[in-house]
Amino acid sequence: MELIKDILYNTDKILKDFYNWAYKLWSSFNLPFFILDIVFYLLITLAVAAFLVFNALFIIYYDRKVAAKFQVRYGPNRVGYKGILQTVADTIKLLIKEDINADKVDKIVFFLAPFLVFIPSFLVFLVIPFGKGLIPADLNIGILYVLAITGLSVLGILSAGWASNNKYSLIGGMRSAAQIISYEIPMVLVILSVLLLSGSLKMGDIINAQSSISKWFIFVQPIGFILFLIAGNAEINRAPFDLPEAESELVSGFITEYSAMKFAFFFLAEYTNLFLTSAIATTLFLGGWQGPFLPPFVWFIIKTYLVITLLMWFRWTFPRIRVDHLMEFSWKYLTPIAFVNLIATAILVKFI
Amino acid sequence: MNKFPIEIEKGLTTDEYILNMGPQHPSTHGVLRVVLKMDGEVVKDAIPDVGYIHTGLEKMFENRKYEQIIPYTDRTDYLSAVNNNLAYCLAVEKLLGIEVPERAKIMRVILCELNRIMSHLLWYSAYGLDMGALTPIIYAFREREEVIDLVESMTGGRLTHNALRIGGFKYDLPKDFIYKLKNFISHFNDRIDEYEALLINNVIFVNRTKDIGVLKKEIAISYGVTGPSLRGSDISYDLRKIEPYSGYEKFEFDVCTGKNGDTLDRCKVRMNEMRQSIRILEQAIDHLKDGDIMAKVPKVIKPAPGEIYCAVEGPRGETGVYIVSDGSEKPYRIKLRSPSFSNLSVLKEIVVGYKIADLVAIMGSLDLVIPEIDR
Repeated sequence: MELIKDILYNTDKILKDFYNWAYKLWSSFNLPFFILDIVFYLLITLAVAAFLVFNALFIIYYDRKVAAKFQVRYGPNRVGYKGILQTVADTIKLLIKEDINADKVDKIVFFLAPFLVFIPSFLVFLVIPFGKGLIPADLNIGILYVLAITGLSVLGILSAGWASNNKYSLIGGMRSAAQIISYEIPMVLVILSVLLLSGSLKMGDIINAQSSISKWFIFVQPIGFILFLIAGNAEINRAPFDLPEAESELVSGFITEYSAMKFAFFFLAEYTNLFLTSAIATTLFLGGWQGPFLPPFVWFIIKTYLVITLLMWFRWTFPRIRVDHLMEFSWKYLTPIAFVNLIATAILVKFI
Repeated sequence: MNKFPIEIEKGLTTDEYILNMGPQHPSTHGVLRVVLKMDGEVVKDAIPDVGYIHTGLEKMFENRKYEQIIPYTDRTDYLSAVNNNLAYCLAVEKLLGIEVPERAKIMRVILCELNRIMSHLLWYSAYGLDMGALTPIIYAFREREEVIDLVESMTGGRLTHNALRIGGFKYDLPKDFIYKLKNFISHFNDRIDEYEALLINNVIFVNRTKDIGVLKKEIAISYGVTGPSLRGSDISYDLRKIEPYSGYEKFEFDVCTGKNGDTLDRCKVRMNEMRQSIRILEQAIDHLKDGDIMAKVPKVIKPAPGEIYCAVEGPRGETGVYIVSDGSEKPYRIKLRSPSFSNLSVLKEIVVGYKIADLVAIMGSLDLVIPEIDR
């Protein structure tokens, strides 16, 4: 018990000690140090990848359970204890299914698109602060890096829509490009107002600026938080903003032609993005991993899952927005409000 | 070799393209194909292509005896089977000059209204899916299950229950039916309020349906649109009121109408119609007296030569049956007038100029049942 507590509270120290120990061991062999660094980076990547996959599996299960609760039914409850292995079974099914390539698709782009969608969401994990000191790399341009990388995923969606050579896919891809680009602007403006308060782009500094509950940016920036949730939800194409894959209109939008593992990559990317948006919302507005009694990592997960639940609540309650309303909503309402919010924050920071 | 030759035109041009919606598409609700001429996301033309599940039902009728035809009529509009049964039975009864006993009439009304609720609940849930709201379907199915259980206890069937006979009913009501019905009526009105709060009054929903797909009065009439789709355009046309059949003249209920004829109005008409159905059911319980459920019907049904048209107000509109009899055991010709067919034909008039998302909303609001269109 004490050991677990120790590990949970002092994860960063233990990791640092381990690194120093390996460093000493390595120097006794007189080998070049860059190999050790590469090994460590690979280990971190592996850890993040493992976390990503298992986390996505759990979020999918969680989503289905939450949906079931909203819809007065049980949800998955057959495979494993309370259906916890259902998503594992589904993944295995997707892995062993035939990978269908339609005749008229643009083969190369069609093959690359799932990776173009998935890799950016994987890369963003580089700057996600899971706990005190538990951040793969605390870049000094942290949040800017997040924005730059997430902006890339639109390329993948657009090329998936184009390469499928299917009119529904094309419409889905075009919708998604328009949507992600329009909603990036209010999102950036909201993040800017947070940055004015924190004074740094670094994830660690943003969290340190919210050192007590009263300083959490959700209380300083309530409008900003709501705007961020809406824009973030639209960024990751989830209902009520799921127009690119609107089932009743476009069959499945840009993923219509995809099957098996490629489809799984889109699915994985979707749920990873859901986690990322919630994690960033936690970092920016809810004080990140900070909190009493429980270890930092646990606090981070709890807060992130709260935001995820909120987003799921939206998903299972609202009907889908129409495509032109979506654009109007972003340009006519969200962007001006975000601007006003930014200016108000700037004045606040300057004079108070 | 250049695999994908790129030709750059002088100046950007856009082109219209053909989009095939269906026969397999999530929101055509069956095997309906709509050929869309699109300009980007805007629908320029919509041509419905029907006939994918044509079964030759009307031809089949000509080789069946009159009493054998009833189960076939179930299969046209399977969501409100009893309305088709009733239209057919009424027509044959009129041809034979049979007067149906009072109790059977009221039982028919009960069954018809339960079917109407069933059908509208299914429309509500499917429409929720069309609009991208995934939760309403489960809520509506919860109550639809109760209604189906009621119908099952009454007729033995759940969807296509082949309940009516020429001249009345095969079985009487089970003993606890009235109790169960009262139980259902007591809480269903609250549930309709819940549905409205969940979907119909939702701001996103209202934005997507208000002033979308406006069906003008004249167009509606000229295309023969009936049912809630017509009443949404502020035309108070309901066969139950205008040409009462099966004892509907005894019941007090309002004909629900909309104002603008847009998609939202059609939706609201359906929701209000469920409330009216509950009103009718409440009165039906009071009207229900003991008595015969079957009139005296000859063993061999041989109507005199002649023709007859009989129509009832189904959940989708005027469900009519036209029979030509040549005096034999089998009808010479039966023509079914299905409301969905006329309602679909008006699609082109109200959908042009709207977006593809609106097309789904408009088509859903017409509440089409494809087997009824193709027959």
